[in-house]
Amino acid sequence: MNHVLVLPILLPMFIGSLMLCLPRLSLATPRSLGLVATVLLLAVSMYLVHLADQGVLHSYALGNWQAPFGIVLMLDRLSAMLLLVTAVLAIFALVYAVRGDDARGKNFHSLFQFQLMGINGAFLTGDLFNLFVFFEILLIASYALLLHGGGAERVRAGIHYVVLNLLGSALFLLAVGVMYGITGTLNMADMAVKVAAASPDDAALLGAAGLLLLLVFGLKAAFLPMYFWLPRAYASASAPVAALFAIMTKVGLYSIMRVYILIYGEQAGSIANLASDWLWPLALLTILCGVIGALAAVTLQSLLAYLVVASVGSLLAGIALGTPQALSAALYYLIHSTWVTGAMFLVADLISRQRGEKAGKLVQGPMLLQPLLLGALFFMGAIALAGLPPFSGFLGKLMLLQALQPGYQALLLWSVVLLGGLLTLVALSRAGSTLLWRTGLVVLGSAERDNVRTLAAAGLLSSVLLLVLFAAPVLSYVQATAAQLLDLAPYMQLVNAGETP
Amino acid sequence: MEALFAVTLGILSASGVYLLLRARTFPVVMGLTLLSYAVNLFLFAMGRLTSGAPAVIGRSAEYADPLPQALVLTAIVIGFAITAFLLVLSLRGLGELKSDHVDGEQR
Repeated sequence: MNHVLVLPILLPMFIGSLMLCLPRLSLATPRSLGLVATVLLLAVSMYLVHLADQGVLHSYALGNWQAPFGIVLMLDRLSAMLLLVTAVLAIFALVYAVRGDDARGKNFHSLFQFQLMGINGAFLTGDLFNLFVFFEILLIASYALLLHGGGAERVRAGIHYVVLNLLGSALFLLAVGVMYGITGTLNMADMAVKVAAASPDDAALLGAAGLLLLLVFGLKAAFLPMYFWLPRAYASASAPVAALFAIMTKVGLYSIMRVYILIYGEQAGSIANLASDWLWPLALLTILCGVIGALAAVTLQSLLAYLVVASVGSLLAGIALGTPQALSAALYYLIHSTWVTGAMFLVADLISRQRGEKAGKLVQGPMLLQPLLLGALFFMGAIALAGLPPFSGFLGKLMLLQALQPGYQALLLWSVVLLGGLLTLVALSRAGSTLLWRTGLVVLGSAERDNVRTLAAAGLLSSVLLLVLFAAPVLSYVQATAAQLLDLAPYMQLVNAGETP
Repeated sequence: MEALFAVTLGILSASGVYLLLRARTFPVVMGLTLLSYAVNLFLFAMGRLTSGAPAVIGRSAEYADPLPQALVLTAIVIGFAITAFLLVLSLRGLGELKSDHVDGEQR
């Protein structure tokens, strides 16, 4: 057993708890502790990506209780990749936060670490109930982070967010209960074996449980009937928190990939590929609703939040198609959209800080203190978000469009994705010209300028260029990931290998 | 026993959903609590309903599945903590938004 596998969970847990024990007088210690821990997390994630890229599945039996009896952590290419994406995002969000945002409420740094612990745990666990537990950990931390800084708008968004997720947790437990009642196991790989061998009588119940789970994951991933909590929550969160939340919808998407490829995949008999019939139309409608919302948004932050919804739609379309090409396109697009959305929330905050009371409202405002620099960052991010060359958004969308053979499905996907891209461009250019060009002549005295914040935003935004420059290794990694995901046999063997004689 | 159990769960969840749809923070919290009772009982029942069977192997010929009991314990702890958080948040909302509607607007 390789003990590094459990580090992405233990490291944030211990550092976060340690911060709670420290005297609360100064922020200096938690700040440096948090930064060091996140950098260490990045190093661990890089090592795990290297480990996973050897193509073997790694499992870690917690407390040495062997699968399927104990809880296992499971590392494959997909989870390693998402750990790395999270760590990179977290570093830039944290660097941005230590410039003052963390002082607006208590315990920001502990909560940030606990949030990372929950996210990493959800990506690593191989056990369905454990997935529920890590969902709860990341949610509890996110409730508090969302409210960080206080104010009526955050409380309003927070109540919706907490109530909806509490309801989601109840449904999650119902689904897990039914699945345990029929299969007698909670280990996902073992459950896949049991579902494949289930009697036809149980298929209906298993299918119902599967669709309940889809509802829960859909609430986290925020696709069509379940996304209405997202725009308000993301738009009202403070900038570093909103940037970190860019990974939260991906936790839902990750769970969809894990459960509906492994448990309800090809082998599941009459309920095989249960989710894809639902996901395909919902994905396309989600893209449309997202961009319509973006067109109607009145603040830059809510515009970006609606673009998160639209990007979830594109990712979901790739997952619903389920072919290796479509999955690898979706995975590449996932990396791109997480980082660029995070960066754009930071850029939006930089712009808002130089507009006084008007903040992110899309109305004529004062001249910005750094119109050229912020304009360039906004322009770069907007091009990447809209999926235009030369940045990574273009590559991701192109791969997704090419994943389909010409036909009815391709016609739908092409028109929806391209129309979505066009409307995104319209929304962003309207926002950009209002914020950057339709300005007064004087710069506000209260305009803030902070080079470290700008550097954090620019650093994360540079990923759109780096993802293109290093497209070859990234693409070969995501293609290998998609191939590994669709090859179920090694996952199933993981359980048998662990069985004690 | 199964029928009684099922009816109880049904009444609990129906009341929970009704209260949830009232869209005022206090009924919503009560509704979520009732719903989580129903869910916990449901999870418990997934270990099959037996009476008088110990959850330890070897004490008697028949034994209860201990795993759902452990799951229920975990679920209760988590649900309790989040409900407490939601209560505090609702009170905060009442103070800041001057309304107990979940949308934070006077209706």
